[in-house]
Amino acid sequence: MAGLAIVGPFLPAYPLTLLTQALILGILAMSLDVLLGYTGLPSLGHAGYFGVAAYAVALLATERQVGLLGCAAAGLALATVTAAVFGIIAIRARGTYFLMITLALGMVVWGLAFRWVSLTKGDNGVAGVARPELGTLSLSAPLPFFYFSLVCAGAAFALLGLLVVSPFGLGLKGIRGSESRMEALGYNVWLHKYLAFVISGAFAGAAGVLWAYYNGFVGPTDVQLLTSVEALLMVALGGPGTLVGPAIGAGLIVFLKNFVSVYTKRWLLILGAVYIGVILFAPHGVVGALRGRRR
Amino acid sequence: MRSDFWILQTFNGLTYGALLFLLASGLSLIFGVMRVVNMAHGSYFLLGGYIGLTVALRTKSFAMALVAGTVAIALVGIAMERLFLRRLRGQELGQVLMTVGFSLIFQDLALLIWGGDPYNLPVPAALSGALRLGGITFPIYRIFIMGVAVAVGLGLWLLLDWTRMGAMIRAAVDDGEMAQGVGINVPRISLVVFGLGAALAALGGVVGAGFLGVYPGADSEVLPYAFVVVIVGGLGSLPGAMAGSLIVGLLDNFGKALFPELAYFTLFAPMAVILALRPTGLFGRA
Repeated sequence: MAGLAIVGPFLPAYPLTLLTQALILGILAMSLDVLLGYTGLPSLGHAGYFGVAAYAVALLATERQVGLLGCAAAGLALATVTAAVFGIIAIRARGTYFLMITLALGMVVWGLAFRWVSLTKGDNGVAGVARPELGTLSLSAPLPFFYFSLVCAGAAFALLGLLVVSPFGLGLKGIRGSESRMEALGYNVWLHKYLAFVISGAFAGAAGVLWAYYNGFVGPTDVQLLTSVEALLMVALGGPGTLVGPAIGAGLIVFLKNFVSVYTKRWLLILGAVYIGVILFAPHGVVGALRGRRR
Repeated sequence: MRSDFWILQTFNGLTYGALLFLLASGLSLIFGVMRVVNMAHGSYFLLGGYIGLTVALRTKSFAMALVAGTVAIALVGIAMERLFLRRLRGQELGQVLMTVGFSLIFQDLALLIWGGDPYNLPVPAALSGALRLGGITFPIYRIFIMGVAVAVGLGLWLLLDWTRMGAMIRAAVDDGEMAQGVGINVPRISLVVFGLGAALAALGGVVGAGFLGVYPGADSEVLPYAFVVVIVGGLGSLPGAMAGSLIVGLLDNFGKALFPELAYFTLFAPMAVILALRPTGLFGRA
C-alpha cells in the first residue's frame, strides 16, 4: 500500500486510473470476503448495495448539487438500510438457498434501476457525476482522486482487518466452521450472521460511493448479476478469508479485463475461461496457493 | 373492455408461465439431484433457440428445429456435467463461478456465430393463426406453447412416478449417498438428469423463439425468472416448478401491465414474502 502511494506520481494516466479502479473494486471484494471468506455465506447480490450507494451519489450530485459529505452519508446509509432489510430475508437461508435468495434480492435492485425510469433514467443511467471537492481541495485530477481512493481503501482494509480479528470476527469464523457448535456454545448465530451481512453491505456501499465519482456514470450494468458474480470471482481468485487476497484478486481482474479488451473483441470468451480456470486450478486463490507452498 | 383486459392478461401470463415451466423444471431437477446452481441454464435456452433457428431456416421444418435444438443442447449439458461439474461435487461457490464462466463463453460464441441482430423463428402455418372466442383473439401459437408445457409436465410426472429410472432419480434427490449405497449408479443418474434438464431448457428456447424471438441477452433475461420459479416452488420439486411457473408468469404479466415502473418489484417482492413464510419454497423440503 505504501508502495502504491510512492509510485503513484510516476505513473502515466492510464495505469493510474486502472489502479484507482482496482482500489475501489478492492473495497467491494474485501467487503464480500467478510461474508464469503470469514462467515461462509456466498452472497450473489453484492452489486445491489454497491449500486444503491452509487445511484444515491449520482442522483444527489447531479440533480441536487449535494457535496461529497452529504452524498457519501446518503450512499452509505442507503446501502446499509438495503442490506439490513435484505439480511432479514436472506439470513434464514443456508447454502444454496442463500445463494439463490441473494441473487433474487440483487435482481430487485437491478429491476428497479432498469425499470423505475422516472427516478433512475432506466437504461440510460445517470451521467455527468463530477469529481468532488474535499474541503478546498479538488479531487478532479487523476492523482488526487487516486490518493483519495487509496486512503479510503486503506481505511476499509484497516477497519475490516480489526473486525475479523475482534471477538466478533472470531465468532464469524467459528460459525463458518460449525454453526451448531457455536449455537451450543451460546453464541447468537443469527445475530452474528446478520451483523456481518449489514457491515459487509455498508462497506460495499462505500465502494459504490467512490465508484460513482470515479466513473462519472451509474447505470443498470453496475447493479447487474454479472457485477455481483465478478466480485465473487475476485474473492475466489485472490483467496477467500484472507482480506488482502480479494483486494489482489480485484487488481488482477481489473488489469486483465482492460488488457485483454485492448487486444481482442472476444474478451468475454477469455473471461469465461478465467472463471473456469480459477476454479479448476486455483481453488484456494492466489494467496491460498502461496501460503500452501510455504507450509 | 375491463373483463377483456383481465382475460387476455391472464392468458398471456399463463403462456409465459408455460414457457418458464420448460426452463425451470430442468433447473429444478438438476438442482434436486446434483445440488448444482446452474448459472448456464439460460444459455441452454438461448443456444437452443439459435440452433433451432438455423435448422428451421435450412430445412424449413419446425419439427426438425425442435429436435435438433433439444438434442444438441442435451449433448452440451452432458459434456459439461461429465467433464467439468462432476469434479466440483459439494462446492456451491465453485459450481456457480464455473457455470458463470460457461455462460460467458456461450454468450460470446453465440454473438460470434449469429451476430447481434434479433431473429424470429418461422412458425408453421398450422400454428400461426388466431382463435376468436367471445370477441377476444387468442394466438394459436401461445395455445401450442401451453400444450407443450402440459405434455412435458405429464411426461415428467410419468417418468418420475411410474418408471424404474424415475424411482432411481427420486432416490438420488432424497439422499444421494444412500441411493449410491443401495446400488443405484448416482453419477449416471446425474448425467441423465443434466442432459434432460438442458434439453428441456433448449426446448423452451426453440418454442420461445417462435413468439419472443432470439436475441443476445435472452439468456440473462430468462435466468432470474427461472430462479424465482424454483425458489418459490421449492428446489427439486416438480409440482413446485409447475405452481411456481404459473405464479411467476401471472405476476410478471400483471406487474408489467399494471405497474410498469415497478415491474420487477412486483415479481420479487411476493417471492420474498413467500420465502419469509416458507424458507424452502411452497413444495420444497429442508
